[in-house]
Amino acid sequence: MRRTPAELVGAEPGPAHHIDFDGRPVPALPGQSIAAALWADGVLAWRTTRVGGRPRGVFCGIGACFDCLATVNGRPNQRTCLLPAEPGTTVTTQEGHGRADLAI
Amino acid sequence: MPTSPSDVPRYDLAVIGAGPAGLAAAVTAADLGLRCALLDAGRQTGGQYYRHPAPGLGAARPDRLHHGWSAYTGLADRLAAHERAGRVGFLGGHQVWALERTGDGYAVHVTLGPEAADRATVPAAAVLLATGAYERQLPFPGWTLPGVVTAGGAQAMLKAGLVLPGRRIVVAGSGPLLLAAASSLVTAGAEVPAVVEATAYLGYARRPGVLAAVPAKLVEGAGHGSALLRHRVRLRLRSAVVEAHGTDRVTAVTVARLDADWRPVPGTERRIDCDALAVGHGLLPQIELATELGAATRTGPDGAVALQVDARMLTTVPGLWSAGETNGVGGADLAIAEGELAAHAVADRAPRPALVRRRARLRAFAELMAAAHRPGPGWTGWLRPDTDVCRCEEVPVARIREAVEELGAGDPRTVKLLTRAGMGWCQGRMCGPAVAWLAGSGEPGPDRRPFACPVPLSQLAAEQRAAAEG
Repeated sequence: MRRTPAELVGAEPGPAHHIDFDGRPVPALPGQSIAAALWADGVLAWRTTRVGGRPRGVFCGIGACFDCLATVNGRPNQRTCLLPAEPGTTVTTQEGHGRADLAI
Repeated sequence: MPTSPSDVPRYDLAVIGAGPAGLAAAVTAADLGLRCALLDAGRQTGGQYYRHPAPGLGAARPDRLHHGWSAYTGLADRLAAHERAGRVGFLGGHQVWALERTGDGYAVHVTLGPEAADRATVPAAAVLLATGAYERQLPFPGWTLPGVVTAGGAQAMLKAGLVLPGRRIVVAGSGPLLLAAASSLVTAGAEVPAVVEATAYLGYARRPGVLAAVPAKLVEGAGHGSALLRHRVRLRLRSAVVEAHGTDRVTAVTVARLDADWRPVPGTERRIDCDALAVGHGLLPQIELATELGAATRTGPDGAVALQVDARMLTTVPGLWSAGETNGVGGADLAIAEGELAAHAVADRAPRPALVRRRARLRAFAELMAAAHRPGPGWTGWLRPDTDVCRCEEVPVARIREAVEELGAGDPRTVKLLTRAGMGWCQGRMCGPAVAWLAGSGEPGPDRRPFACPVPLSQLAAEQRAAAEG
């Protein structure tokens, strides 16, 4: 059995909570970003691109590339690698520019 | 929260970026009697190099994910003491989007929090740029698949969130960050079937004197090397990942040997199964806040554009100083030395001669490292017509080649106007080097980004109102 990152640093996190990802609960630890909580749950993609409809998730992990965008609490185009996964945060897979409601 | 220059007292020095350079600069400047603001987009100090878990994760041993962690805790302790004494204000969650020269110094324009919900302007007599670097990427078929992440990104997510992108992670590209990333990943429990490095590391041997002058660098390299040996990680030199495979996520990569110019050698391809790939080709200085003010730049031996500074770390713009990666990528020890030097110069105090010598040795090593990992021209040999170059706007190689070969575009700006490559969210940070290369313009010039990060229109309007009323 290989060790985990949490075991490596002797982490004793506060109690886990949940965020909502596309209608299902995903566990999150206090202090984790939304992207980290999704990775921990084995989810690597939470956006489809505007042109090709291709899946995307974290690329740069530091807020520079904007690949990890998702709709968070109803607001599209949020960088999930920067936003904390707070209790009750709702994350929705973003399709294209995430503004389908503005289509005419 | 302060919202206009009249609301807050003017600082003697605003340090932008709380990584190694900025931390060292702020605490040294405060030691010398200056009143400093230390701004960072993140909520914690440390920058990318000393990125660490948020307090809620309760990490007892964050040092196990770091080289030289005690240097950080030393700086953080000094910062805390200065904060208590009111000599330094750490302003976390402050993303600087522009610097403006005012009659008596600078207005530092800031957007607050990851959602850019509010704004602020921090007035200061002088500014020290310590904004670090981001990774240089070279596209290859499949690089947009989920599970393909930057080497620095894999480290950042691990250091801050204690998570991994997969269980079997190939590390590829070029530069010393690859060894550091692979070493952290295996220590944290991932399997790393291969570290794929494009160069042969022979570049370091060309100037053995420079290497011998910085023994700590050899020890650091040996530390990563022994972790990799212990976990039986195979180091494949003069090789590159030439394709990532998978439909909805990466499931394997193809690795090929490269010739001395980084051209893939046909017939040498082999497939490695994996569920993630961490890739990067060195680092690029993040300097747009300075270049927007007209600061002069230089192109380093790695082909990256950095700020031109004098021996005191002063840029060509009055009152604008720069320390660390913004002066050419060279690592944390160099960044700390330059931060200390710059702080002395801003305070108009002479630095210790030993500090000046140490900085010179580390800077010489940085130049050697930069030359050793400079991408070779043959890398375009692994591209295919349908490989996306610009990730944001989904612009493939074929459209860029069409703009260059049929429509006569000879520089990245014209390619951008014709194809939208570099016009998306990231403002060309990911595709910039590749587009410049494909445009045939040789060395890229400094990036021009009037806004260093996205700023809501409402905040720009508020800025106008404040200026009109001011």
